[in-house]
Amino acid sequence: MKAKLTLLLVLVVATVAILSGCGNNNSGGNTGGNTAGENAGEASNGGGADQVFRMNLSSEPPTLDPALMQDQVSSTVMSGLFEGLTRMENGEAVNAMAEDIQVSEDGLKYTFKIRPDAKWSNGDAVTAHDFEYSWKRTLDPNLNPPAPYAYQLYYIKNAEEYNTGKGATVDQVGVKAIDDSTLEVELKNPTPYFKSLLSFYTYYPVNKAVVSANPAWAAEAATYVSNGPFKLESWSHSDSIDLVPFENYYGKADIKLSKVHFVMISDANTESNMYDTEELDWSGKPTGSIPVEQLAMLIQDKNPELVSQPQASTYYYNFNNTKKPFNNVKVRKALAMAIDRKAIVEKVTKGNEIPAYGFVPPGIHGVNGDFRDEVTTEYFKEDPAEAKKLLAEGLAEEGMTAMPEFELSYNEGGLHKPVAEAIADMWNKNLGITVKTQTVEWKVFLQNRTSLAYDVARAGWGADYNDPMTYIDMWITGGGNNDTGFSNAEYDKLVKDAYATSDQQARVDAMAKAEQILIGDNMAIMPIFYSSVNTLVKPYVKNVTIDYKGDIDYTRAYIEK
Amino acid sequence: MFRYVLRKSVNIVLSLFVLATATFFLMKAIPGDPFMQEKNVPAAVRENLIRYYGFDKPLWHQYLIYLKNLLQLDLGMSMRQQYQSVVDIISRSFKYSMQLGLVAIVVSVVVGIAVGLIAALYNRKLIDRLIMLFATIGIAVPNFVLATLAQYYFANKLRWFHVAGLHGPMDYVLPTLALSVLPIAFIARLTRSTMIEVLSADYIRTAKAKGLGSLTILIRHALRNGLLPVVSYVGPMTANIITGSVVVESIFGIAGLGKFFTDSVSNRDYTLIMGITLFYAAILMFSRFITDIAYALIDPRIKISKKGG
Repeated sequence: MKAKLTLLLVLVVATVAILSGCGNNNSGGNTGGNTAGENAGEASNGGGADQVFRMNLSSEPPTLDPALMQDQVSSTVMSGLFEGLTRMENGEAVNAMAEDIQVSEDGLKYTFKIRPDAKWSNGDAVTAHDFEYSWKRTLDPNLNPPAPYAYQLYYIKNAEEYNTGKGATVDQVGVKAIDDSTLEVELKNPTPYFKSLLSFYTYYPVNKAVVSANPAWAAEAATYVSNGPFKLESWSHSDSIDLVPFENYYGKADIKLSKVHFVMISDANTESNMYDTEELDWSGKPTGSIPVEQLAMLIQDKNPELVSQPQASTYYYNFNNTKKPFNNVKVRKALAMAIDRKAIVEKVTKGNEIPAYGFVPPGIHGVNGDFRDEVTTEYFKEDPAEAKKLLAEGLAEEGMTAMPEFELSYNEGGLHKPVAEAIADMWNKNLGITVKTQTVEWKVFLQNRTSLAYDVARAGWGADYNDPMTYIDMWITGGGNNDTGFSNAEYDKLVKDAYATSDQQARVDAMAKAEQILIGDNMAIMPIFYSSVNTLVKPYVKNVTIDYKGDIDYTRAYIEK
Repeated sequence: MFRYVLRKSVNIVLSLFVLATATFFLMKAIPGDPFMQEKNVPAAVRENLIRYYGFDKPLWHQYLIYLKNLLQLDLGMSMRQQYQSVVDIISRSFKYSMQLGLVAIVVSVVVGIAVGLIAALYNRKLIDRLIMLFATIGIAVPNFVLATLAQYYFANKLRWFHVAGLHGPMDYVLPTLALSVLPIAFIARLTRSTMIEVLSADYIRTAKAKGLGSLTILIRHALRNGLLPVVSYVGPMTANIITGSVVVESIFGIAGLGKFFTDSVSNRDYTLIMGITLFYAAILMFSRFITDIAYALIDPRIKISKKGG
């Protein structure tokens, strides 16, 4: 009996030892894991007048390598770590790594002078060769793994041809370092917004020597090399990231923060509690969230810490233009005219969204000001009686007597379900039709949408760059994001015309006409509302800005208590 | 004994193989893939990705490649977390889940048995009824409700603890509470009911008649038999708790393993789905294995070597 008990004890001890062995071995090899404790300590008592800014990313960034990035969590971190040839300041592209930019008459050739005091965090100088290497690396069809956002570089001559393996070699791609400080770029089409594109993360440089020697350079803080206002101090995977100012940044005089602390909290209520207890200085978009019930209350109470602004992003429904009866324009128009968008934003979403009657949202440049101010949105009017008439006509044209029951599908999460239910209810009330609302798992939903296996499906589109084109060229025939089957020869031509010219008035006119065809004439999709950015900001946080598309800039922020 | 261990081990390996096969084909049968996003990537870029990950090969071929790597204990790289290996992701998150889990298990077992024992000794008295009332509540209240309330009250309102994170000893209190209330309630009920039965058994009366002290009787005779059902519950519970709870880890912002059970599937991070499934299964089987042996050691009626399995 004693022997048995001893054996039992040994067994328990051995089990614990084996299990903890698994853990300890790894913490030894992984510096990221070890820093977790120290960081939290600093963060929790760093709430004083220290220049520390703390926000929530909600999840681990999938990558911190400019070539592999495609999401907002990564870009939120990277906007502190990297800097392109230009950077955005108050909505304008200003010179950053480039100290001078020359553009040819026809708008096709750009010559950049790299600033001589630009440095990498390992001490190397940032050269034109780094830019050439970085862009060509992103375009490499055999990169490990290939860059999903490579197409953001397709404005460059032969970039698409090289990336897709259709005819161009790497040497034919229109980017070339003439010497250490001179970079020449040739474009495919004149692109008036190219200077602001250069601030986008796919256009960041990488350190040629570091990256070519170690493909996994961006996986850990220890091997990470960047050129922006901050450098990566620690990356405790799935837990936290800390940035500290880069001492050799050319503009370090403007950098006031001593640390940026990112946490990765997936639960909105936890984020909210952390904001209450001053463990976070910022809550909500772009990478966090404010619980839905709480947001409505904050807006109602006019809470002074709540900052609300429009976001260049449109929430809309896709009609399957290839499926009966949604192939009929009158049916599509009837559905679009039979809902009350004002009621949806005021009673359902309740987050200061704006009812949408066009596709291009406010905040996108037109000729002199905002495209949405310059171009009418009277493509259609909400009118249930007229809608009912159109529906009957449309169904008759399709040889149908009544609207068949159909499915309105949306993915889980956010306000998709309440919005869908409200709309289904309005359709039922105003048109007397039955709609089945259906939650679909995210990837299944995307698969269905791409393969046109739906009737009506939720969709959303945010800007990639500040030009209406980011909303217009997606609807060309066979476009990669045209998940509706919409196809219109005149539309395709207008997009081509707009590509070919650098005359902004002509471009805007063409794109306005295209939008008229998309919404006014065809109602290929049904706009619902333009999104908003809602954030909670502690009053002592100064100079953190959110741009037109909802991206945050904390690089010039400071704390004033 | 040795033959038993050998046989069990072979069983575990075979089960893992069957599980790997089933998971691989089921996972590939779900629509969608790791590259799908709200914004579609162009078809040509997509092809580059599909070729890189070998998804253009026939399914059986992909399966054989996976098996070959698995035999070399290579679980591959995550398809979502770039340049992070599945082994790294699992081991560093398991560290958090396990540290928290072990604390929760010790608390559950100690408190659960103690409370159950008290209830049994005061059978049908007020204290017994109170304990059982709390145990019923503990089983009925879901842990996310408890976790949310505890976080709001103790961390946000009273500021006794950090809201989230697992960086100091105090940070263990709230998540441990959330994790262990259910097992405590369960163990308490189990202990109570078996102890009531055991305490009225003949051999206990004999022991009393022999004039042994009540504490000796309780510990050396009663508890030994009374704990058998608890042991069989603690095994699988251990596997569950140390591999992390999705809910508790997400509420308390713990960088543990829990969230990957759902996240890996919703991201279609194939290599991580496989890795995490196999890891969980291995832990579960291992803990059952340990339970079986422990059971035999405690219960004089079971003799593994003779039973042969």
